[in-house]
Amino acid sequence: MIVTDKPSRRGALKCLAYGGAGTLFTLSGGVLVASDLAQAATKKMMGADTGTPLFVQISDSHIGFNKEANPDVAGTLKQSIALVNAMPQQPSLILHTGDITQLSRPDQFDLAEQLLKGLKVSEIHYTPGEHDTSDAGGGKEFFDRFGKPSKNLGYYSFDSHGVHFIALINVLDFKAGGLGILGPAQLAWLKKDLEGRSASQPLVVFAHMPMWTIYEPWGWGTGDADQAFALMRRFGSVTVLNGHIHQIVSKVEGNITFHTARATCYPQPAAGVGPGPGPLTVPKDQLPHMLGIRSVTYAPHPVTMTIKDTALA
Amino acid sequence: MKAKTIVAALCMSTLAFACAKATPQKGDVTIKNFSFGPSTLTVSPGSTVTWHNSDGEPHTVVSADGLFRSAAIDTGESFSFKFTKAGTFKYVCTIHPRMVATVTVK
Repeated sequence: MIVTDKPSRRGALKCLAYGGAGTLFTLSGGVLVASDLAQAATKKMMGADTGTPLFVQISDSHIGFNKEANPDVAGTLKQSIALVNAMPQQPSLILHTGDITQLSRPDQFDLAEQLLKGLKVSEIHYTPGEHDTSDAGGGKEFFDRFGKPSKNLGYYSFDSHGVHFIALINVLDFKAGGLGILGPAQLAWLKKDLEGRSASQPLVVFAHMPMWTIYEPWGWGTGDADQAFALMRRFGSVTVLNGHIHQIVSKVEGNITFHTARATCYPQPAAGVGPGPGPLTVPKDQLPHMLGIRSVTYAPHPVTMTIKDTALA
Repeated sequence: MKAKTIVAALCMSTLAFACAKATPQKGDVTIKNFSFGPSTLTVSPGSTVTWHNSDGEPHTVVSADGLFRSAAIDTGESFSFKFTKAGTFKYVCTIHPRMVATVTVK
């Protein structure tokens, strides 16, 4: 992005074009501050240090879906990838928070992988959605492709730029009628992973289903997530990123902030509106406003995670 | 003679398949509006139950005890399982786990 003392009209328009319609959340010391994106873009142009883009979250691409709500999900994923590639500073890595495919079929995984290879960024971390584990093998297709970092368990952690990333899986072993679940083995692993870790290290936790209960009748929550957060409360900055509900919902609880993301495929209704959490068909010109990606910028002093959601239009 | 029997058997199996793919029959389960109907089904041992997805969304049919597990059943597709032993089998759609139902075999 261009840095000038006095932003030109063209420069400002450029920033606005990149920012798109959205709200910028800045987290500092656990307090979430929402500001207008245009204002934030100007601030950045004035030279204020807002850190470097650490990662981008892509969610719910549902490759293979072809119904009325979006007959071209490959096309909207490509547009999402183009948005990432157009970022003036490329992020270090990408998180895909699940529902890569619609039906867990090999050709759908293959096409998704092929499209995601179009990203300039080569480091991509995946956590599956329930659509990715709906093959007869209960996730075999997903794990055959993306199971290596987690040794086919679905949960693993890694560090980047001083931030500790934790991939969790909450779409296996559903209790009938219940919410998403992490399970005792994963919780025990998490405890071990966090033990002895400095509370000043920022955590980024990502999983497919929301890790707080947004709407229980539709299963929008994770039944045993509280046990995970009990282990994280001592940390100064915890950013929890989920997909699944195809819309942005955020919540702050102490130093833990929760954000669900837009999908790249189709929107879903708000909690409890209509018969169930299925695809929401909107007028064609509205669709790109309801799909998009999220970039997260990290500044270490003080720890600031700046979350920016950008729609396709 | 032997060849004839095989041809006849093939025809019958094709016929049975065609029937199973047609409109849901009594004893079958229809998936619609994020629910299994009927939610409780009783069949005799040896019966084959077929689940038909008439919903706009894909669903799965996965038994709690691991006896049967479908792949994702898309709109207009179906899944069948033959029940040989008696018992009550609870199952769930793993894509929408609030969808639960049972098959009782007796």
